[in-house]
Amino acid sequence: MTDYALLLIGTVLVNNFVLVQFLGLCPFMGVSSRTETAIGMSFATTFVMTLASLLSYLVTTYLLVPLNLEYLTTMSFILVIAVVVQFTEMVVHKTSNSLYRLLGIFLPLITTNCAVLGVALLNLRLQHNFFESIIYGFGAAVGFSLVLIMFSAMREKLANADVPTPFKGAAIAMITAGLMSLAFMGFSGLVKI
Amino acid sequence: MNILIAILVLGAISALFGALLGYASIRFHVEGEPIVEQLDALLPQTQCGQCGYPGCKPYAEAVANGEAINKCAPGGEDTIKKIADLLGVDVQPIDEIHEQGDSSQSNRPKVAFIIEEDCIGCTKCIQACPVDAILGAAKQMHTILIDECTGCDLCVAPCPVDCIEMRPTPETIQNWQWDLNKIAVKQVD
Repeated sequence: MTDYALLLIGTVLVNNFVLVQFLGLCPFMGVSSRTETAIGMSFATTFVMTLASLLSYLVTTYLLVPLNLEYLTTMSFILVIAVVVQFTEMVVHKTSNSLYRLLGIFLPLITTNCAVLGVALLNLRLQHNFFESIIYGFGAAVGFSLVLIMFSAMREKLANADVPTPFKGAAIAMITAGLMSLAFMGFSGLVKI
Repeated sequence: MNILIAILVLGAISALFGALLGYASIRFHVEGEPIVEQLDALLPQTQCGQCGYPGCKPYAEAVANGEAINKCAPGGEDTIKKIADLLGVDVQPIDEIHEQGDSSQSNRPKVAFIIEEDCIGCTKCIQACPVDAILGAAKQMHTILIDECTGCDLCVAPCPVDCIEMRPTPETIQNWQWDLNKIAVKQVD
């Protein structure tokens, strides 16, 4: 039990996917200009990442490894992720039309979010078992959501701040992201994995 | 042989997922574009055409397809805010072309006013009014119901004697509001 808790905290804070491993930067910059959008995106990504890491574990363990088809992992993972994203898109469209419009192009773009494929491949490389895979996927998604929402809150503040002209817009956002990344480096050593 | 198995496995996964998605697309089917109906319900239904579209429904369709949300003059700030909430976009100030009232004389909404001694009772403005805010009959003097008038301007053009003008609504205790924009606010970091 402690192992699982440590894995979760380690994934969320220490090995944060966005700020420490630099995965999933595209939605991190793209969807963070409004907090509401960021929250919606966080939920969608959390759902997709958890489900994708679960399914990809099942596909590898019960299909690819017994048949000696490990070289197909990347391809089958992309297939799994695309299906999960499509499914999520349909559910979101049905349940909350405004969230669907809010997320717009970024919802189908979760497919190409490298953090989602990254979590599936890292599960394989770190030889996680079933529960560890799910926790790793969920932790990665929670870490992603955490920094995405914090970053969007900061960007809303930045929109009002008196920023020197050369730093306006994306430049100051990049600098902020860099500083956040530095701050997250401070968590290293919190949990030993 | 190996290749054959690989193709079979991938084919099987794809077929399985395809079936799942097919089921989901039926189960989670969305009827039409409900967003247009919702937008249409927010618009004031004056069909005044000031937004450049023939009516409120066409403008709702245009907004759903990405047209600017700030073109509805009769709806004003209130409608823009509701549309922005629905679509999840930022509130924009009302389009300058469609703004009512000039900036020199506070931004009060305007309503039509008939200069009654000039009115010849032709009923042309009554036919033009989208909200039935003009009262009158043939060869009788017309007048405007201020509470009903949305300030859409449509009655001004048809009047053959130019006796209709747009006047700002009088400021009363009921509609007076803080004019916070007049006070300069400086952002302190």
